[in-house]
Amino acid sequence: MATNVYMEALSPTMEEGRVAKWHKRDGDAVKTGETLAEVETDKAVMDLVARADGVLRQVAVAEGQTVPVGSVVAVIAAPGETVGATAASAPPPAPVPSGSGKRETGNVATMTAPAPVVVAPLPATAPSDATRVKASPLARRMAKEAGVDLKLVTGSGPGGRVVKKDLERAPSTAPAPPFPISRFPLPERSAAPYDDVPLTQIRKTIAKRLATSLGPIPHFFLTTEVDMERASEARDALNKQLGDRGKVSFNDIVIKATALALGTHRACNAWFQEDHIRYWNEVHIGMAVAVEDGLITPVIRSADLKSLGEIGREAKDLAEKARNRRLQPNEYTGATFSVSNLGMFDIDQFTAVINPPEAGIIAVGSIVQKPVVLDGQVTARRRMRLTMSCDHRVIDGATGAAFLQTLKQMLENPLAMLL
Amino acid sequence: MASQFDVIILGGGPAGYVAAIRSAQLGMSTAVIEKDKLGGVCVNIGCIPTKALLHSAYIARLLREAKEFGIEAGAVKTDYGVAMQRSRKVSDQNSKGVEFLMKKNKVTVIKGSGVLLPGRKVKVGGDSHEAKKAVIIATGSRVKGLPQIGLEINKTTVISSDEALFLEKAPASLAIIGAGAVGMEFADIFHAFGTKVTLIEALPRILPLEDPEASDALAKSYKKRGIDVIPGAKVKKGTAGKDKVTLEVEANGATQKLEVATVLMAAGRAVNTENIGLADCGVQVTERGFIKVDAGLQTTAPGYYAIGDVAGPPMLAHKGMREGVTVTELLAGKKPHAIRYDNVPSVTYCHPEVASIGLTEDQCKERKLDYVAGRFPFSANGRARGTGETEGFVKLLRDKTYGEILGAHIVGGHASEIIHELAVARENEYTVEEVELAIHAHPTMSEAVAQAALDSLGRVVDM
Repeated sequence: MATNVYMEALSPTMEEGRVAKWHKRDGDAVKTGETLAEVETDKAVMDLVARADGVLRQVAVAEGQTVPVGSVVAVIAAPGETVGATAASAPPPAPVPSGSGKRETGNVATMTAPAPVVVAPLPATAPSDATRVKASPLARRMAKEAGVDLKLVTGSGPGGRVVKKDLERAPSTAPAPPFPISRFPLPERSAAPYDDVPLTQIRKTIAKRLATSLGPIPHFFLTTEVDMERASEARDALNKQLGDRGKVSFNDIVIKATALALGTHRACNAWFQEDHIRYWNEVHIGMAVAVEDGLITPVIRSADLKSLGEIGREAKDLAEKARNRRLQPNEYTGATFSVSNLGMFDIDQFTAVINPPEAGIIAVGSIVQKPVVLDGQVTARRRMRLTMSCDHRVIDGATGAAFLQTLKQMLENPLAMLL
Repeated sequence: MASQFDVIILGGGPAGYVAAIRSAQLGMSTAVIEKDKLGGVCVNIGCIPTKALLHSAYIARLLREAKEFGIEAGAVKTDYGVAMQRSRKVSDQNSKGVEFLMKKNKVTVIKGSGVLLPGRKVKVGGDSHEAKKAVIIATGSRVKGLPQIGLEINKTTVISSDEALFLEKAPASLAIIGAGAVGMEFADIFHAFGTKVTLIEALPRILPLEDPEASDALAKSYKKRGIDVIPGAKVKKGTAGKDKVTLEVEANGATQKLEVATVLMAAGRAVNTENIGLADCGVQVTERGFIKVDAGLQTTAPGYYAIGDVAGPPMLAHKGMREGVTVTELLAGKKPHAIRYDNVPSVTYCHPEVASIGLTEDQCKERKLDYVAGRFPFSANGRARGTGETEGFVKLLRDKTYGEILGAHIVGGHASEIIHELAVARENEYTVEEVELAIHAHPTMSEAVAQAALDSLGRVVDM
C-alpha cells in the first residue's frame, strides 16, 4: 500500500517548508528512516525522512518550492505497486515532537484533515538541478571557509563557473568581521523603480517574532560602561595557556559573566508567561549570531556551570552550525536570557530587542581605548559599553540596575568569576 | 593595386600568424604583411633553431658521459657548422609549415614592409590595403646592443643571437652579456661545442626573473661544468678589435680585464615600433616603448590593435599566440576567455631546464602572502636516477589558507614539459590537493610534482 510523504512540522514554529534538495529521486528505493529531502524551515535546514519502505514516486514538489505543513510532497509505493493519480490514503504522521505544545497542536489540527492533494505526475523533464553549482576547487574552498553560498555568486569563469576573483571583494581597511555579514540575496539591480523579493522563511520568522517583542513588550534600557583592562589581560593569559586548544573571545567572557551574574539575580533570569512569571533556576544564554539573510540565537545551556574554555568551544561550534543552517531545534530554543554583540562592527553602544518570552538581553559594544580618570590621573583604558533591554513586566529599574552592576564588577575583576 | 580585407595583420611572427589563422577560421577575410620569412623571430632566428642547437649540445654531453652507462662512444668530435646547418633546416621546415597554414586557411600573404595609414589602411610599397574591421600590429622585437659602453653589434666580434645562429664555427672563447633565457641557452650550446664561455650578468644572480633557488641550482651546475659565471657584474668598457674583444668587468668590488674572441649581447630586446606609421594613426606607446593597449588589446587608435612583443611583456611567443586568438575572437564578436597574464609559463631550455609559472618566493614575500613552500629534489626520484638527470627540483608555493598554487618552479630534465600540469591546474584554480590527488604514473619525473604538493601539505612520502 502506498504511503504519502507529508511536509512535516520539523520545528515547533514551522508552518511551511521549502524543499531545498531532494536526496532521493522518483523511482529510487527508500527505507524507513532514510533522508528523502532537505527542507528549509523557518529556522534551519532539516531532513525529511521516509516513514515507510518502498519506492519513491510522484514527487510533487520541485526543489526550491515552498508548501504548507501537511501537504503531500511525494508517495512511497510498495515495491512493484503502481500508484494512481491521488494517493492520500494513509493518515499523516504525527509531527516530530519537540519544544512547547501550542503551535504543534495547531499543526496537528491542520493535518488531521488533509485536503485531498492531487499529485500531478512529474513532467518528463525533471526540473534543472539548481543545487549543482559550477565552481573551481579553489573557489569552493574559499566559499566554504567564508561561509558563502556559491549558489548566490555570479560566476565569471568559462561557462559561468565561479572562480576566485568572484569571491574576492574590494580590499577593506577595516578588520574583517569574525563572521560573514548578513547578505540578503538581493537580485541584480534592475531598471524597474523597485524589486519585490519574497520573504524567506527565516525573514518571515524574524518579522513575526520581533513584532511581538518591541510592540507589546514595555522595554526600558540601562547602559553602563565597563573597564575591560583586566579582562583583556586575563583573556591574553588564558589564550596563551590554551595554546592551540582553542581561543577565548571577549564574547565568551561576557556570556560567562552574564550567566554568573544571573545566578545571583534570579529576578532577571525569567520568562513572562501571560498569567505567571517563570523564574528559571537554570541559566541558558542565547547568543545572537548573524547568518546569511538574518540572525538566529543558538543557546549555551547551563552557561553558569561551564568553564570559559567550554563556552568558547561551544560558541564556536554553534555559530558555525548556525551559519551552515544546521542547528537542531533544541540548539536554538529555551534560552533564559540573551547576549547580542556588535562590537566587532565598531558599534559603541546599541539597544537590542528582547527575544520573548525572555525578560532581558544585553547588547555589547566594541572595546575602545579611552582616557579615564583613575586615582586622580588621566590614563588610557580599554572600555566597553553594555546596554541591557528589560521587560518592565518582569524587571524593574532597580532590579535591572543591580544585575548590571554585578555584571560590571565581574568583568572588571575577572577573578571574581572564580568565586 | 589596392585591396580590401576584414582584418590586416602587420607581421607574420607567432602572434601574427596565429591571429591570421584564427581570423580566417572565424570567416573573416585576412591578410598578413611580412617583410621577411613567415614565422618571425621565433621560427627563424629564435625559439626553434636554438632548440635544435640545444639538442645537439645535449647529445654531445650525453656521449661524453655515455661510458658510465656502458656505452663507449670514443672521442666525441663536435662541429658547430653541421649543427647550425641542421638547425637551419628545422627553421625552414617550420617557416614552410606556416606558409602552408596560410594557404590552407586562405590567408593572403603580402610580402614587404607595411606602414600604417589613417582609416585602417596599410601601405606596402605602392599599394594601399584597407581593413574593414581592424588592423592588428604584430611587428615583434629585435636584439639590441649596448653602444654606450662600446659594445655596438658589429656582427663579427660583437654579435647577437641573430649572428650566433649562423656561425660556421664555434668561437674559441665567448663572453655572453646577459644571463636571461637567451644568454643561458647560448652558454649551454657553445660550452658543449668546446668554447670557453664566460657568462656575465648585471643583476645579483643569473636567471634574475626566476626563483632564487632556480638561479642557484643553475649557477652551481654551470660552474661545475666549467662555465664562468659572474653575476652582479658591470661591464664598464668594451673594446672591439678585429679578432678579439677586451672587456673591463667590475664585480665584487674588483675590476678584471677579460679578453675573448667574441662577445654575445644577450641583454634585452627592443620592440619594432619605428617607421610603421604609429604616430600618424594616433597609436601611442608607453614610457617603456611598448604600444599602449586596453584589456581588449585595442590601441589608442580605434580599429588598430596590437599583440605580441610590441603589446608589452612578457615577450614570449606563446603569450603573443594567445593574444592573436583572443583579439580575433573579440573582433568576430565572441567572448573569449580573458587572458591570465599571471599564468604564462616561462621556460629556459638550457640543461638542466628551468620552467616556472606564477609567483617566485620573493614575490610572495613582497606581497606579504601567507604561503608554504613544498619541495622535491629529482635526486630522490626513481626515474631521474635511472636517466642520470638528478639535478634540480620541483618547488611549489602554496597559499596557506586555501591551498592555491601561487607559483611553481622546476629545474631539471624535461622541466619544460612538466610545467604544463601546473599551468592547467592554475588556469582551472585547482589547489595543491587536486594536483596531488591526480594519480601520477610511476616512475616518472612528474611524480616530483605530486611529491612537492604533498611536501607543501607536510606529508611528503618519498623523502
